[in-house]
Amino acid sequence: MSSLALDDEILMQVEKPARYIGKEINSVVKRPESVDIRMAMCFPDVYEIGMSHLGIQILYDMFNSYEDVWCERVYSPWPDLDRIMREREIPLFGLESQEPVKYLDFLGITLQYEMCYTNILQVLDLSQIPLLAKDRTEDDPIVMGGGPCSYNPEPIADFFDFFYIGEGETRYREILDIYKDNKVTGGSRADFLRRICSLQGIYVPRFYDVSYCEDGRIASMEPNIPEAPKRITKNIVTDFDGVPYPVKPVVPFIKCAQDRVVLEIQRGCIRGCRFCQAGQLYRPVREKNVDRLKGYAVEMLKNTGYDEITLSSLSSSDYSELKELVDFLMEESGEKKVNISLPSLRIDSFSLDVMSKVQDVKKSSLTFAPEAGSQRLRNVINKGLTEEDILRGAQLAFEGGWTRVKLYFMLGLPTETKEDVWGIGDLANKIASVFFDTVPKEKRREPVQIVASTSFFIPKPFTPFQWAPMCSAEEFLDKAYETRQGISSQLNQKRIKYNWHEADVSVMEGVFARGDRRVAQVILKAYEKGCMFDAWSEYYKNELWIEAFRDCGVSIDFYNTRSREKDEIFPWDILDCGVSREHLWREWEKAQREVVSPNCRKACSGCGAAKYGCGVCVRESEDMAI
Amino acid sequence: MSERIKVRIKFSKHGALKFIGHLDIMRYFQKAFRRSGIDIAYTEGFSPHPVMSFAAPLGVGLESDGEYLDVELNTPENMEEVKYKLNEQMAEGMEVLSAVVLPEKSKSAMASVAAAGYYITFRNEFTPPEGWQEAVERFLAKEKIMVEKQTKKSMMEIDLKPAIYDFRLSSYQEKDCLYLMVNASSAGNVKPAMVVEALFREQELPFDPAWLMVTREDTYLNRGTESEPEFVPMDGQGK
Repeated sequence: MSSLALDDEILMQVEKPARYIGKEINSVVKRPESVDIRMAMCFPDVYEIGMSHLGIQILYDMFNSYEDVWCERVYSPWPDLDRIMREREIPLFGLESQEPVKYLDFLGITLQYEMCYTNILQVLDLSQIPLLAKDRTEDDPIVMGGGPCSYNPEPIADFFDFFYIGEGETRYREILDIYKDNKVTGGSRADFLRRICSLQGIYVPRFYDVSYCEDGRIASMEPNIPEAPKRITKNIVTDFDGVPYPVKPVVPFIKCAQDRVVLEIQRGCIRGCRFCQAGQLYRPVREKNVDRLKGYAVEMLKNTGYDEITLSSLSSSDYSELKELVDFLMEESGEKKVNISLPSLRIDSFSLDVMSKVQDVKKSSLTFAPEAGSQRLRNVINKGLTEEDILRGAQLAFEGGWTRVKLYFMLGLPTETKEDVWGIGDLANKIASVFFDTVPKEKRREPVQIVASTSFFIPKPFTPFQWAPMCSAEEFLDKAYETRQGISSQLNQKRIKYNWHEADVSVMEGVFARGDRRVAQVILKAYEKGCMFDAWSEYYKNELWIEAFRDCGVSIDFYNTRSREKDEIFPWDILDCGVSREHLWREWEKAQREVVSPNCRKACSGCGAAKYGCGVCVRESEDMAI
Repeated sequence: MSERIKVRIKFSKHGALKFIGHLDIMRYFQKAFRRSGIDIAYTEGFSPHPVMSFAAPLGVGLESDGEYLDVELNTPENMEEVKYKLNEQMAEGMEVLSAVVLPEKSKSAMASVAAAGYYITFRNEFTPPEGWQEAVERFLAKEKIMVEKQTKKSMMEIDLKPAIYDFRLSSYQEKDCLYLMVNASSAGNVKPAMVVEALFREQELPFDPAWLMVTREDTYLNRGTESEPEFVPMDGQGK
């Protein structure tokens, strides 16, 4: 029996020791001497969050399918253990081998949200790996990053040896082969980076120099070695049915955020909502073959023992074989006592019918994401959902016995006016009225309950809103106050509950989203002051962040509230995400004219992603040819 | 509906798995049964769950050679086969030791558990000194063994004496240890550390529960009466 990195005495005093022991069903243990490359994939947050992430499961499965590679997992130790590990200088370890990460060849860190940035430093620090890439030696692992936030890697560029831009299933084998060859030929760490930097999608920050204008904007970003390309193009899976899928995912012992089989039915989204980064980054939309999915579902339920399955995609309703897939799952689930959960479904008669069959109507609530309170603003953001859709959906739902409705909105969207904000209360009120009109008094099992939640809009790179100024914390809070007033002036206000987010974290997220290399020193400073687990409100320390910005002489407003010109060089312009800047600018202009754009199935808007020659781009052009 | 068959599973829990808490062990077995393909019975409703009953929850950090859980099978199966299929699904540290069919009318594992035996060794190289057997005997000869117990609301004084069925020096894995058998019923469960702490107090020795390494030896039901108990391992009831 292998021993644990932490002794019993430590494990007995920390919360949820199962986070640190590994040994989960389907986790992969290899003999170290039987492999050439050892690596760890890290999700820089607590175990229960990290274990719920599909991307790591995909890469873990892929890496371990290579005979010469052993890939382990590592997550952020919770603050209780963090403290003990620092006190006793215990190096952070891979869950599978329980051996220090610092002895491995690679440490891969997935970047799923900006507020995990200090946790990257925590993981490096606890691993006893130098925080800055430039300080690392031949003995340290190569630290690589990937995932959505790598589409603006600049605020964390100093901490990484390289970033892998795009979908992981495509280019890692090549990278690993170069690594092995480099080892054999006695090449250095720098030699390795030099050799991989010309591969598609590989960004090695140290090979690029940034210069700035006097006013702080970027003047240029240029390669400083001949091998480094001027622009880095994302990697994408063009044969979406041909790539492996983790049909034997690791099953945690403890309850995690995602505690079920996750079936990825499609990647990308046809909708083109202008605030949404994922909708741009994962273009073109690609579907998985429905028969393949049926096979995966059966196999995964068998391999994991889960009693629930969920479909994963940005917009499940747009999956063209959804009905067939759901019918199949319902039949299977009835026999096997499996629950089906269907997130991101449009509320219509089909989805309501399905939901009434798979969930207890009395206990569940319906979710709409109008995102904006008025039709005008929904046109600005290109959210194809109309008030009529929502009210009709609500009516159908109330007829079906539902009484609880959740509504999601954003505050601070470009062009937003007071009327748009008041529209939130209006819409919630109308939905409540629909209930009273639809359900006769004697049939009202329980009162209708509407929960409206708002988050604050944060402009993200590679979206049409990348040029948009962002609100300050004060403006955000004024808008939240306004929303609450709008709601409490409604006739049915007693039936409407309102939740809003903290504004301070959104402000920080805004800086990290559109920041440049100069933000790295602030992140480092904040970490040194004790910031960590910033995505957890109980650990977020705004005053330390403000101090860190002040200490470093870096302005928050420069990154957030400033307007940007059409031709400003953005930190992320070094990357090509497949969607052209011209397209994004066209969409930004259309947004200001309140003009909507068709979805990818209706008509091609010429975003540029067709150059990958796959998914909806190919299928639709075939359809048009017929 | 065909007759369901009640089955009692005995398993051990060692190594790193001792850090998996009771609720997670329940979920772990639900999944293990699903993976094994053994046809167990479920409750009705929108979220059916297996009809499952665990004998006595084992605290986090404790190991065990005698844990029990009951399930109901929809279709008859060879018990060796059940044991084999489950063992194929176990994580390192867990082993299914036996599977037996229970008589139709038997009480569930949780309802019938009466006592549990524990081997207690010491982490800090503490070995019971000379004369400990006598110390334990003197301890047991007391009329009452009063200790304070923290309940959800307040501190309570309770008498451990009636809950201690056996307490003596023994050896576990070639190491000197204490053997303790105490009440483990859902109404009167006593944690082994409480008894050891009381003994240490009696001896005016310092005590820290983190020093103890506790392995549950087995879990028992009472075949006798309350005044004259006859404790047998919980699978002793099976055919």
